[in-house]
Amino acid sequence: MSSVNDQGRRDFLKKTVAATSVTVAPGVVLHTLQAQAEPRTTPVTDKVRWGMLIDTSKCADGCTDCVEACDRENGIDLVNKPEGADDALWERQRPHWIRHVKLRDNMTGRITNLPLMCQHCEHPPCVDVCPTGASFKRADGIVMVDRHICIGCRYCMMACPYKARSFIHAEVAEKLTRTPRGKGCVESCNFCVHRLDNGQTTTACQDACKHQAIVFGDLNDPQSPVSKALKQYPSVQIRDDLKLNTGVRYTNI
Amino acid sequence: MKKVHFSEWGVESPKYWGLLALLGVVIAIAGAATWYMEHNGHWVTGMTNQIVWGTPHVFAIFLIVAASGALNVASIGSVFEKKLYKPLARLSGLLAITLLAGGLAVLVLDLGKPDRLLVAMTHYNFKSIFAWNIYLYTGFFAIVAVYLWFMMDRRMNKYYKPAGIGAFLWRIILTTGTGSIFGFIVARQGYDAAIMAPMFVIMSFAYGLAVYILVLLFVAKMDGREVGDKVLFRLKNLLGVFAAAVFYFTVVYHLTNLYATENHEYEAFILLNGGVYTALFWIGWVFVGNLLPIALVYHPAIGKTRGGIIAAATSVVVGGLATVYVIVIGGQAFPMAMFPGKTIVASGYFDGVNGAPFLYSPSLPEVLLGIGGFALVLLLTFVAIRVLQFLPVSLADEAVDPHHGKS
Repeated sequence: MSSVNDQGRRDFLKKTVAATSVTVAPGVVLHTLQAQAEPRTTPVTDKVRWGMLIDTSKCADGCTDCVEACDRENGIDLVNKPEGADDALWERQRPHWIRHVKLRDNMTGRITNLPLMCQHCEHPPCVDVCPTGASFKRADGIVMVDRHICIGCRYCMMACPYKARSFIHAEVAEKLTRTPRGKGCVESCNFCVHRLDNGQTTTACQDACKHQAIVFGDLNDPQSPVSKALKQYPSVQIRDDLKLNTGVRYTNI
Repeated sequence: MKKVHFSEWGVESPKYWGLLALLGVVIAIAGAATWYMEHNGHWVTGMTNQIVWGTPHVFAIFLIVAASGALNVASIGSVFEKKLYKPLARLSGLLAITLLAGGLAVLVLDLGKPDRLLVAMTHYNFKSIFAWNIYLYTGFFAIVAVYLWFMMDRRMNKYYKPAGIGAFLWRIILTTGTGSIFGFIVARQGYDAAIMAPMFVIMSFAYGLAVYILVLLFVAKMDGREVGDKVLFRLKNLLGVFAAAVFYFTVVYHLTNLYATENHEYEAFILLNGGVYTALFWIGWVFVGNLLPIALVYHPAIGKTRGGIIAAATSVVVGGLATVYVIVIGGQAFPMAMFPGKTIVASGYFDGVNGAPFLYSPSLPEVLLGIGGFALVLLLTFVAIRVLQFLPVSLADEAVDPHHGKS
């Protein structure tokens, strides 16, 4: 009798566990997915302002590690030269988000090397001039383009004092999910926004720089490495006469 | 002054349809060029990530600027009460609309995403002068259309003057807006100058009047309509004044630039060592656009001939295109001054290494699109004057006597 009862209890428990699993498991899975998706669905706030300090004395002549890393990270290396395009002309037309620039001081002859990209201005001229609002600044200071409403007028490129933007001159066959790209729209460096929105705190160029010339982080957090470095070393903004309060600063120019 | 009668364009049918067919072919070629550029992408043009606005913008801006200027003839009649100009007003309003339509067509067809025109109409950033211009342009169509209606409909004649004043003010604001597209660009040495706005206004006076004179003489010649010396000489003298005014603004623009050391390199680029831009400035902008037409219209003999007047107006149009080319392309070709006191000796992406200007050569499809804009202006104008009474029956001296004072 008792063995029959035990059997019945065992069956009951089994069925209960099975039924509970079927009912609860999707919820658990859903919950887990939600937890992962949350950072993407929460609006960014101005508690954070992303910024960068570039120590030009550490930037090495001839090194293009940051440029190559950016190209890979943002699928720029996937943009192929169209068949029949002129090599020299295409070089001027293909997109660039970051570039290496070498300067010589006219008086002293001192050489400076630096990477140049979108400076993520607090008052970006590209945002001011955009007729549709496609060029915009996020609350966390990142300046980027909404490719759904960019009409390709290129007025932002006329207005950018850093020549930081690229127009997509040709059809792009292959692109990364994290960096959609289409012919006829304008784009530029977005501080690897896909990384930041997924909880990462570094950019591809920073990670690639073996000379540690690039420090990236939250300018609003006094304890962040970038804030500490900015406090410690004198830095400048390129075209500081325009009072744009750039998110990218340089030392030793 | 006698009552002015208007009539449709009476050119014979074969000539009329032949003309439309010719213009249609030019527009079709421009359409094919546009399809080619849009289908492939802008890599088939001469435009790059350094020279982002190319030849289509030169044509588009010229036509848009000329559009507001073409309205001046009507404004002088209705706002400033000059009776001589009143018979000329209808064609003036019409040309204002068709020139703007041609210019906007070229501008829109050169967008990276012309299919997103609706986005431009539904998403606005009101800090952008471009967004303002969308309103200014569409508003201009509406206001000039109403102005023409009040002008042509006898029942509405009493509202004709307020409409004229409204259109005049609107056009001043519109061209100020077009000039400000460049005036507001702080990033580039050649722009970022408040004088751009009034300079564009005065450029519009000259270009619009030149186009007006050419179209008027052509359509009158085609159907044997008389254009008397009184009207024509008044217009050509005005053209001389406008060309001189453009020259004055040119001198002031460069002199004020030369006063500031930061602009010396840019001025040297335009005035001395900028290659094609220097040549276009002196030969196109200054000589063909300003000095030659002034000399032609005020020459005691040539200035009184039809040929001389047509040459002067053509010269203003050609010189005007050169002017806009120097402003739009030359202004971009000069490398940006990002590092004062330093020279860029190497760059991974064309930053004007050792001060070298950015390269640009116009491609054929760009030029064809621009010419298509002109053809569209003429086509729209010719269709309109054929179906509606835009042209005065006669502009002979006895028909339009300017010596009877104000009405």
